[in-house]
Amino acid sequence: MTTLTRRAALGAAAIAASLALSNGAQAQAYPNKPITMMVAFAAGGPTDVIARIVSEHMSKTLGQQIIIENVAGAGGTTTTARVAAAAPDGYTLIMGQMGTHAAAPALYPNLRYNPVTDFTPIGVAGITPIVIVTKKDFPANNLREFVAYVKANPDKVNQAHAGVGSTAFTTCVLLKAQMGVPKLNAVAYRGTGPALNDLVGGQVDFMCDQVTNLTPQIIAGNIKAMGIATPARIAVLPNVPTTAEGGLPDYQISGWNAIFGPKGLPADIQAKLVDALDKALEDPTTNKRLADLGTVIPNKTERAPAGLAAILARDLALLDKPLRETGAVGQ
Amino acid sequence: MDLFSNLALGFGVALSLKNLALCFVGCFIGTLIGVLPGVGPIATIAMLLPITFGIDPVGALIMLAGIYYGAQYGGSTTAILVNIPGEATSVVTTLDGHQMAKQGRAGVALGISAIGSFIAGSVATVLIAALGAPLTKLALLFGPAEYFSLMVMGLCFAVVLARGSILKAIAMIMLGLLLSTIGTDLETGQERMTFGFAPLSDGLDFAVLAMGIFGFAEVIKNLENPETRDVVRQKVGRLLPNREEMRQSAGPIARGTVLGSILGILPGNGAVLGPFASYTLEKKLAKDPSRFGRGAIEGVAGPESANNAGAQTSFIPLLTLGIPPNAVMALMVGAMTIHGVIPGPQVMTKNPQLFWGMIASMWIGNLMLLIINLPLIGLWVKLLKVPYRLMFPAILLFCCIGIYSINNSPVDVAMTAFFGLFGYALVKFGFEPAPLLLGYVLGKLLEEKMRQALIISRGSFMTFVERPISAGLLLVALVILVVALLPSISKKRDVVFTENS
Repeated sequence: MTTLTRRAALGAAAIAASLALSNGAQAQAYPNKPITMMVAFAAGGPTDVIARIVSEHMSKTLGQQIIIENVAGAGGTTTTARVAAAAPDGYTLIMGQMGTHAAAPALYPNLRYNPVTDFTPIGVAGITPIVIVTKKDFPANNLREFVAYVKANPDKVNQAHAGVGSTAFTTCVLLKAQMGVPKLNAVAYRGTGPALNDLVGGQVDFMCDQVTNLTPQIIAGNIKAMGIATPARIAVLPNVPTTAEGGLPDYQISGWNAIFGPKGLPADIQAKLVDALDKALEDPTTNKRLADLGTVIPNKTERAPAGLAAILARDLALLDKPLRETGAVGQ
Repeated sequence: MDLFSNLALGFGVALSLKNLALCFVGCFIGTLIGVLPGVGPIATIAMLLPITFGIDPVGALIMLAGIYYGAQYGGSTTAILVNIPGEATSVVTTLDGHQMAKQGRAGVALGISAIGSFIAGSVATVLIAALGAPLTKLALLFGPAEYFSLMVMGLCFAVVLARGSILKAIAMIMLGLLLSTIGTDLETGQERMTFGFAPLSDGLDFAVLAMGIFGFAEVIKNLENPETRDVVRQKVGRLLPNREEMRQSAGPIARGTVLGSILGILPGNGAVLGPFASYTLEKKLAKDPSRFGRGAIEGVAGPESANNAGAQTSFIPLLTLGIPPNAVMALMVGAMTIHGVIPGPQVMTKNPQLFWGMIASMWIGNLMLLIINLPLIGLWVKLLKVPYRLMFPAILLFCCIGIYSINNSPVDVAMTAFFGLFGYALVKFGFEPAPLLLGYVLGKLLEEKMRQALIISRGSFMTFVERPISAGLLLVALVILVVALLPSISKKRDVVFTENS
């Protein structure tokens, strides 16, 4: 129910585009009409926010409006499949993320796209660290105590997540597999908001999710942070130790958002988009807006198409086995 | 006092010329899209998000909030005039509101709904300002078990108060519950009752169901009977409620405001229960309950107040905790983050201008809605004079646009047409669609919360009676059932949702 449309804007854009074409603009190089960036989730969500912030600056570089179109459904896989099948002309892109590209193959047996071969990678727009949090009166105060308590009381502890396939679901499946308690009780909520609500209210014991959603509650003391799954501590939460410091060095995972085009995107178009993304991420205002969200801006090599392909390959390998073992399916 | 200095700060922000203008624009757009059937606040806010990039965060959020409560308000206009509820919360308004319109009292219905909404909105605004933070703590006591019990209580109201057609009402509620289970299972991700049909994998949208069984079915029904439509056209009547009608409405408005405010604070869209609860209560309190469903002004005043109060207080979890209780508030979270304000418990201290400015603007927005809408009533009522052969294609067109705009999905429009035929069949067989919609709305929450509670309790049903609030709510539900089943009292049972005899 939370989806919406930019069709009116698209309609206006289409008219503008056809006018431009009738003026002989078709001879112009890419882009000569507005670009659609699909977001497979509702407006206002983390992926949508990042898409809007980044595309605003990219529009300036490209000289054409990037229109965000939100079409949610089936954990984002419907829209991702649509982009995979779209014409590789650079006018249809997607702000993909860990769920739609790295987790979906293990969760959706009838997935209609291959996240690696059906897309042309453009670049990583932001990496969002994952933090493990508990309700504020949970008996553990650091990651070591947390792991010990969970292992000793698997029949008492409840984990919350935001629905099968969500980042909160995927990252916690990995955590539970690494702690050796893969079958730990998990409570599904319809989105991060309701899950967080019940964590703050003390109805459930812990969850894992992107710092974006959790930082304000951690700072306010409504929930406790056990560890952050990054190699080093992060600026917005300087007091939260890393998972390596807490004795769980293998738990390294981050949510990420990245721009993809359909497979077979011409190299010159890909290069223009990569350049526009670079300029957006180097722009101080855009950079600060993303950083304020707790998003880490990857360096130029990490975010380049090859870097994106590497992140995707790493997470596909990392998540495949634990996700398949849950027996959960999205479809 | 702190509160007053804070409110002074808030009004200082909200009364700046720019913010007043933005508030007006928001309320005006909200009213317009609310009036258009199917075009909801979510689509509109998302479309207007990029436009707000150039505005400072306070102004942008004031405008977006204005769209939200403007749309809530405008939705009742459509419910009253053409019997189409744009939102779950205006389903109840169709029952008596549209009957009033048929009797030539459309203006009175619209007027009382504007006045009731204003009073409820003002009270709710004060409530947010004075008690926002403590109320948040209260709402956090509501876990899945409590929520489940609240939903059970809601369903009991509906079942118990249905009489004559009690079996049909139960059948409709059950059908609504069943329809709500269509889609992807939340726990396992498995599809249920979709027959492998991909567009059903995320379930039915409320708007698809409501536009179909109310909107489209209503059009078919009217086309069958052009004469009755003409009767509606000839009688327009007064535009504003008179003193007697105001007196009748005072109690319902007060009670609706209280009910709506309380339910609006609850996480997970508790606000939808508000109008239903208010309608049930008013009908129960009425000396002559048989008037309900035939154009009782209390049946408009109460639920409309509850609706608006709930719309306002649902801002409480967002503003004080940074956790959105429903889809529109989730979008507001997005709007805040895009504008560089990270929603959370810190907003109140770190961005006091934003926090108190928004609260002050809510009251100003309510006043503006009153100012915008009272003169518009004359215009809306004149719409009824438009010949139906011109009206119905416009209604259908706007419904289609609205439904398409929800998901960009043509299948949704086709499904609405199907539910239109289904709704028409229901009317022909004497089934009322309102209990179906109530069952549908409550069904999703009922199942979700029950399973969450049972997972947390490791499968023990005792969790529902061991937790005091949950036990209390179930007890109320039980009392209602027992009282209703006592034969002497059951004679007085009345029909909540029957539209007409």
